[in-house]
Amino acid sequence: MELQLQLCKQQGAFLLDIDLAIRGERVGIFGPSGSGKSTLVSLITGLAQPDAGRILLDGELLFDSQSRKNLPPEQRRIALVFQSHALFPHLTVRQNLLYGYRRCPAGERRIELGEVAAVLGLTPLLDTDPATLSGGERQRVALGRAILSSPRLLIMDEPLSALDDDLRYRIIPYLKLTAERFSIPFVFISHSLVEMRLMTEQVAVLERGRLTNWCTPDTLARLRMGTSPVGYINLLELGPPQEEQGLLSFPWAGRQLLLSGAVGNQPGLFELSSKDIILCKRHPEAISARNLLPCTVKLLFESGSKTGVQLDCNGACLIADIVPAAVQELQITPGSTIWAAIKASAFRRL
Amino acid sequence: MILAAVDLQAILLSAKVGSVATLLALPLGFAAAWLLVFGTFRGKLLLELVCNLPLTLPPVVVGYLLLLLLGVQGPLGSILEPLGIRIIFTWKAAVIASLVVGFPLLVRSIRLSMEAINPQLLQAARSLGAGPLDLVLTMILPLSRRGILAGSSLFFARSLGEFGATIIIAGNIPGVTQTLPLAIYDYAAAPSGEGAALALCAVSIVLALAVLLLHETILQRTKGT
Repeated sequence: MELQLQLCKQQGAFLLDIDLAIRGERVGIFGPSGSGKSTLVSLITGLAQPDAGRILLDGELLFDSQSRKNLPPEQRRIALVFQSHALFPHLTVRQNLLYGYRRCPAGERRIELGEVAAVLGLTPLLDTDPATLSGGERQRVALGRAILSSPRLLIMDEPLSALDDDLRYRIIPYLKLTAERFSIPFVFISHSLVEMRLMTEQVAVLERGRLTNWCTPDTLARLRMGTSPVGYINLLELGPPQEEQGLLSFPWAGRQLLLSGAVGNQPGLFELSSKDIILCKRHPEAISARNLLPCTVKLLFESGSKTGVQLDCNGACLIADIVPAAVQELQITPGSTIWAAIKASAFRRL
Repeated sequence: MILAAVDLQAILLSAKVGSVATLLALPLGFAAAWLLVFGTFRGKLLLELVCNLPLTLPPVVVGYLLLLLLGVQGPLGSILEPLGIRIIFTWKAAVIASLVVGFPLLVRSIRLSMEAINPQLLQAARSLGAGPLDLVLTMILPLSRRGILAGSSLFFARSLGEFGATIIIAGNIPGVTQTLPLAIYDYAAAPSGEGAALALCAVSIVLALAVLLLHETILQRTKGT
């Protein structure tokens, strides 16, 4: 997918001014609220018109202010998934799912209802009223409806923001796998860096109506580590746990990690802030932190007033952040070995 | 309580005028409401004023203006007359009087329903391939059905009670243009008409209550949609 955007749109005192070519199958647009993300979405889909500029999707001109070309939204075949699901309340789940399918030219249809319903686990719900569905089910119907229109591009505009925390991260695999399974390129819009890292390969960063960066989500997370109150979030896929000394012991990278608190006894994805990793030059004889991991320093990077230390821990990657003075004291250089101490309570399930 | 044949005719005529007026007003009212809610054009304020004017104007004024317009010498009447169509002093005039006078109620009700439609539903429908007409038929129409039904019942009730404009443009001809309120007016003016007037009043009250009940039922049934 290639989306070329040269756009200008004035809205009151706010000016959206973008010149960007988006390439990739899983692209993110990241920015705080008020940065112009939703305006950008409405311009790409054709629900609003730019003051000037042009939009090309895979080489086809969707909008051009010079030649006065403006393809109406119903002909752009760009499907939308909203934060609020926007399911049609007067239609059943099946009718919702088929709304776009029926309006897609027969020759362009490549996805069938049965398959999507099966993948999204909606088969038993097809004849129900959307009002009776749970938040997660509604979001899956909204996704299925968008996919069944066989779109050239799927735009997901903060699709997870209305969901509870634990539901949010259970929906992510659905979003990602479904788009991949039916090979639909998507643009994922969010203000959450963790969501971006789980969903996308490349991210456009939008601030006050302007593009400020185009990079991988991980690079962005490293850049923002020094200024973010939560530091850099390490994402760890932990295996099935066993109980040990009143704590839960999860396998990770050939080692065992001890976790405390109500983390649940299922395997899953956990987050660990770079701030919660303490680095020690030598093995401390006794320490209250329950996890002590020998690591190799891969590289150091600057981010704001902090130094990020990328650690190789049995082949897995961890990032810790420390102040530059600590780098001096510990004499950390790439290749040196070091101990990472992590409290059992520092992990949080996503 | 015995109703004379003329009284029955008046009741039936009222029902006929009310039904025909409602059926004619619905598409017009829907179109006007759609223009007012979703339209972007010059003269929107003017349309809004014209749609609401009969609400505040005395019905007699409406009737008189219609008489000027549709009379044999009037701008519209003089066109229709050679075609063999005469409106004034027929039951059709009563329909037109009801239509104009009740129109603001209908438009207002449909409009409120349309304004309550979540715009994201319409955006989603468009992004899924629905063109403007498709959008009206599959989204706006069903999603504003509460206002359409409620507005129609109010409009029907209003046309059952229409008096001022009707008496001017349709006259008060028993068996031809005499609707229920006009018949009551006749009886009330006659020296011994008290009993008959009361009987027709009772019919009016029953009809009005029935329509209001229907209106409330519609509002209850369609709650939350």
